[in-house]
Amino acid sequence: MNHDTYPDDYIRGILNGVKVIAMVGASPSEIRPSFFAFKYLVQRGYDMIPVNPGHVGKSLMGRPFVASLADIGRPIDMIDIFRSSVHIMPIVEEALKLSPLPKVIWMQLGARDDAAAEKAEAAGMKVVMNRCPKIEYGRLSSEISWMGVNSRTISAKRAPIPTQGMRLSLNRTSVGGGATTAADRAAKDRSDPT
Amino acid sequence: MTERAPGFATLAIHAGAQPDPTTGARATPIYQTTSFVFNDADHAASLFGLQAFGNIYTRIGNPTNAVLEERVAALEGGTAALAVASGHAAQVVALQQLLSPGDEFIAARKLYGGSINQFTHSFKSFGWNVVWADTDDVASFEAAVSPRTKAIFIESIANPGGTITDIEAIAQVARKAGVPLIVDNTLASPYLIRPIDHGADIVLHSLTKFLGGHGNSIGGVIVDAGTFDWAGSGDKYPMLTQPRPEYHGIRIHETFGNFAFAIACRVLGLRDLGPALSPFNAFMILTGIETLPLRMQKHCDNAKAVADYLSKHPGVASVNYAGLPEDKYHALARKYCPKGSGAVFTFSLKGGYDSGVKLVSNLKLFSHLANVGDTRSLVIHPASTTHSQLDDAAKIKAGAGPDIVRISVGIEDKEDLIADLEQALSA
Repeated sequence: MNHDTYPDDYIRGILNGVKVIAMVGASPSEIRPSFFAFKYLVQRGYDMIPVNPGHVGKSLMGRPFVASLADIGRPIDMIDIFRSSVHIMPIVEEALKLSPLPKVIWMQLGARDDAAAEKAEAAGMKVVMNRCPKIEYGRLSSEISWMGVNSRTISAKRAPIPTQGMRLSLNRTSVGGGATTAADRAAKDRSDPT
Repeated sequence: MTERAPGFATLAIHAGAQPDPTTGARATPIYQTTSFVFNDADHAASLFGLQAFGNIYTRIGNPTNAVLEERVAALEGGTAALAVASGHAAQVVALQQLLSPGDEFIAARKLYGGSINQFTHSFKSFGWNVVWADTDDVASFEAAVSPRTKAIFIESIANPGGTITDIEAIAQVARKAGVPLIVDNTLASPYLIRPIDHGADIVLHSLTKFLGGHGNSIGGVIVDAGTFDWAGSGDKYPMLTQPRPEYHGIRIHETFGNFAFAIACRVLGLRDLGPALSPFNAFMILTGIETLPLRMQKHCDNAKAVADYLSKHPGVASVNYAGLPEDKYHALARKYCPKGSGAVFTFSLKGGYDSGVKLVSNLKLFSHLANVGDTRSLVIHPASTTHSQLDDAAKIKAGAGPDIVRISVGIEDKEDLIADLEQALSA
C-alpha cells in the first residue's frame, strides 16, 4: 500500500465497513482534536471505545475509558491511534495479540510509522496513516464543505438532511484521492526529507 | 478503483454544489440569512468550539458562500478556501494570520496599484512592513529576505502590464526562507494558471474580475494549498501554532491539518475583522464561474487579436502583451499559460500622455472605468487613475508610465473591438 496518498475507494471502504472503533489516546479535554473526532464519530453512529490509562474511571460521551486494548474484551473493527509517531509501534504490537484481529489500524494526522504499518499489513490489517477519520468522513459525505473545505468529490444527487446518529452516504464521485496532489506531495517531502 | 477524475470544466459547474437537501433546488440557493438555528445547546456549543461542521452566523460562514469557497478551492487545486468581501479584504485577512507588528513581507513591485497603496500605507499602520522586490529579478527577492520576513507576495500575471511572473523560481526562494508564497491569481484565473502546481502555498483572488466575470459583484477569496509546514515552523506563526485563547486553547494547525490556514483565516480573521461576502454576491460569482473556461478562452483569443492589430498600428509605440512572440515575457507565457496570456495588457502611444487621454475619450465600445475582467471591453489610463498615488518613477517601475493605456479585452466580436480602436486612433 502506498501511504503517501490514498484512493477515496480505500478510505470509503474502511469507513463504510467498520462499526466498533477503539480510540487510543482519546482525551476528555474539550479542546483536544481527539475529543472532537470521538464526539463526531459517535454522532455518525460508530460504536466508540475510549482507550487511555490516565482516565480510567471516567467516561467520554457516556462510554467508559479502558486502560488498554486488551481490556476491551470484545471484537473491535478499527483502532484509531491518537498518539505521535514514536508511540505507534507498541500499540500495533498490542493490537496484533488481539483475537479476533482488528481489520484496520488508523493513525491520526501527523502520525506515521512505516515499520508498524508493514507489520500490521503483513498480518492482514488495512492501514491508514496521517489522516483523521472525522475529516475523511466529513469530506466523503461532503459535510465538511460547510467549512469551505475542498471535499474532492462531486454529486448531482440530492443529499439527505443529516440528523443525530445518522450515517451519511459516502458514495460521491471522486475528483481524486484524499488530499490534493500538492498537499500530498508536501506531506511526502516532510516525511521523507532528501 | 480507477474512477475517472472530473476535469476543469466539470468542476467549474459542479464542485461544491449539489441539489439542496430540503427542496431539491438544482441551482445553488441564495441563503440570504444572518443566522442559523441550533439543534440544541450542545450543538451550539460544538459549533462555537469548532468541534462540529455547520453554520452559526453569516459573518463566519454561509451555505451559498461555502459552495463558492469549495468551487474555487477545487479549481485551484487547494485544500480549502475562504470567500471575503473583496480582493483587498482577502489580502488583509490572509496577511493577518502571518504577520505581527514589526514583521515584514516581500512583495513584487509590479502589482495592482490598489495593492501597492494598501501595502505601503494601510499596512504600515498595522506595523506590517512591505519590502519591495523586482518582479523580473529572482535575486532581488532572495536579497530582501530577513529574519522578520513572514511571506512573499506576487501576482501570477501582473497588473497592469501583461507581466508573467516566474512563480517556480520565486517559490524556491520562499521555500528556502521557510515562508509561504502568496500568489494573487486574479488576472490569470485558474483556467490559465494554477499557481499551486508551481509551488504557491496560498492563492488569492479578486473574484470581482474574471471569476465573477460580469462586472456585477465585488468579492475576494483566499485558497489554502495545504502545502506549508506550520508544525515545522516553530513559533514563527503563532496564529496557526500557538494555543488560541479565543477558542479555549485550541491549536489551529494540529486540529485542522492541511487546511489549517483557511480555517485560521475564517475563525480568527474573518470572524474578528468582519469583511464577510454577501450571499447574493456569492451567488452571482458562482454563476459566473460556471462559464469561466468558455469566457477565459474567448477573452484570451480576443486579446491576442487586438494585440496583433495594435502592434502593427503606426500610432502605437509599443504593446506589452506576453502573447506576442516578440514580447519579453513570451517564453514565460509559453511555460505558465500556454492556453493564453490573459486579456489585460498595456500599450503606449507615440503621441504620449495627450494621445492616451484622447484615445480613451474617443473609444465608443470600450468603457472607460477602473475595473478589469468584465465581459465588456474596458480601458483606462493608469497614470491618472489606478496608479495615480505613485510618483512618476514608481509609476514607471509598476508599468504604469504616463504614456501607457491599459485595456481589458472583453468577449464581444473581436472585429468590433478592432474597428472601435481603429476609429479612435485615427480620430
